[in-house]
Amino acid sequence: MSGRPQSPRPQIGGIRETFAPWADPQARPLVRFDGVSKTFGDTTAVDDVSVSIYEREFFALLGPSGCGKTTLMRMLAGFEQPDAGRILLADRDIQADPPHRRPVHMMFQAYALFPHLSVAQNIAFGLKQQKMARDEIAPRVEEMLSLVRLDGMGKRRIDQLSGGQRQRVALARALAPRPRILLLDEPMAALDKKLREETQFELMALQQTLGMTFMIVTHDQDEAMVVADRIAVMREGRIVQVGRPAEVYEAPADRYVAGFIGDINLFEGRVAASENGVVRLVSGDGTFEAEGTGPVGETAWVAVRPEKIAVHAEPPQQGVNTLAGRILDYGYLGDWTTYLVEIAPGRTLRAARANATRATDRPLGCDDPVWLTFATSSAVVLTR
Amino acid sequence: MRKGPSAFNIASVVVGLAFLYAPIVILVVYSFNASRLVTVWGGFSTRWYVALFQDAQMLDAIWVTLRVGALSATLATVVAAFAAVALVRAGRFRGRTVLAGGIYATLVMPEVILGLSLLLLFVSVGLPRGFWTVTLSHATLTLAYATVVIQARLASFDRSLEEAAQDLGCPPWKAFALVTLPGIAPAVAAAWMLAFTLSLDDLVIASFASGPGATTLPMRLYSQVRLGVDPKINAVSTLLIGLVATGVIAAYLAQQHQRRRGAR
Repeated sequence: MSGRPQSPRPQIGGIRETFAPWADPQARPLVRFDGVSKTFGDTTAVDDVSVSIYEREFFALLGPSGCGKTTLMRMLAGFEQPDAGRILLADRDIQADPPHRRPVHMMFQAYALFPHLSVAQNIAFGLKQQKMARDEIAPRVEEMLSLVRLDGMGKRRIDQLSGGQRQRVALARALAPRPRILLLDEPMAALDKKLREETQFELMALQQTLGMTFMIVTHDQDEAMVVADRIAVMREGRIVQVGRPAEVYEAPADRYVAGFIGDINLFEGRVAASENGVVRLVSGDGTFEAEGTGPVGETAWVAVRPEKIAVHAEPPQQGVNTLAGRILDYGYLGDWTTYLVEIAPGRTLRAARANATRATDRPLGCDDPVWLTFATSSAVVLTR
Repeated sequence: MRKGPSAFNIASVVVGLAFLYAPIVILVVYSFNASRLVTVWGGFSTRWYVALFQDAQMLDAIWVTLRVGALSATLATVVAAFAAVALVRAGRFRGRTVLAGGIYATLVMPEVILGLSLLLLFVSVGLPRGFWTVTLSHATLTLAYATVVIQARLASFDRSLEEAAQDLGCPPWKAFALVTLPGIAPAVAAAWMLAFTLSLDDLVIASFASGPGATTLPMRLYSQVRLGVDPKINAVSTLLIGLVATGVIAAYLAQQHQRRRGAR
């Protein structure tokens, strides 16, 4: 490979539209967690997790700290032993393999670079352990250096590098021995926002170019949404939902997922009717219609994202899913303006509006009366 | 307000330092005395150093002391490294508190009692007292100090470095040798130098554990002083002070160097 700049940048979005091995019943998963549990003392870190990761997939484990995502990853690397269940790598149970015999490499959160070795020696470390021939190591190290855009930095000491450079050395070190799957433990936690966004796209391009399988652990929902083919949302040791970012965002499995990924407005009520894929829900805030199905007579929630709520200064023509209120406050984010709208005393909703034009005179301000509407197809029904 | 130390501060520092170092300064100065009388200044001379290097008994004692120090320090450091790993890395295991307490107890144990118990041990197992019993006893004495030094460094050593090495294909022992050991090397060196210095110093335990043909320098000095003060003793003491000071400063610099690297 002769440096990335010449090769055309892969169009990841396009590749992802057609990449769906999990939907293929013939496909063999690369990694399979099968009923895996792990407890530390009294706390259950991982609770009966079953999930499959496929070759060439970019898989994200997303959840708040303490949800068990790191423990799950460390079990795959071999640093923790599951109390129950099996972990299969290419259809083989790897339970008995110690960490150094697993073709699984990890990029550690604080990078864990060896301070007494140079950049090149760090990258060569795994290759030496594999007993790679000396004359093959040097070209591989050079290749890795150029892959992470650190050409000519091989002789540097680790303490001479910036945070972003260290992150790339850690990445190159873990990739150099060509693992079956690369594990990334909060890889961008130590980078600032701008660098983090750049790195996210670089990581995706790298994964596509190398055709490798990546598994990332993160608590940052935006990061997971950008980089991953599929996201597994974890809560208290369990996986609550696995799906493409758009599925998880647009069709959350329950209120927890809906609230963890992005902002959400919820209307709690009773299902009055459920027919033709549309549910009518009677709530304290009014009657709403949303796509989905629900048990008639039972409690359910209509959930709608802030950006899917339209804000009007004039009363709209009578229709479903309309609310009247007053602007309590708003926040200008540059690309978006978020409105906090009071629809009843003590009851507020969030509505977001894209600032499509450079309107400097704000048509809507605090205490203005507004009307909110959302389409039936923009809202979902949640039963949990 | 005036900045810097007051006259009172300066005075107390001067008095304190004088109290600590006046005897040593006098000893060093008189080691270069031309006069045979220890308390009368007869001009500058290095004759006592020359005399010292012609005194076979004294040279023999120095040689024994250096060998005992090097061997016992090495032994203590190796055992201390294993003990520190067990204490820091093995987590909570049965008997951890007993092990830790057992190691640190010798720090506060009166040397006389330690020496006496070692003597009783050697006598009861029928080990002839001499070079090896002193060496073993000094390893016992210095083990606790060496363990404290290594353990402190190991506790602050980033565990994920070792995990990264294992992740990249090293079995645990190799990860320790290739990554952890270079990381804690300055602490290991400091522990060795501390143990060596303590061994060099020791009179009490050596008196109990030593036998014929293994007289250490402190023992030789002590027995000579009882027969009258020979200016050669000043000379050898000065050399001893120089050696100990060098060891202590080297240990300090090694740890400083490591701390600076860690801070970056």
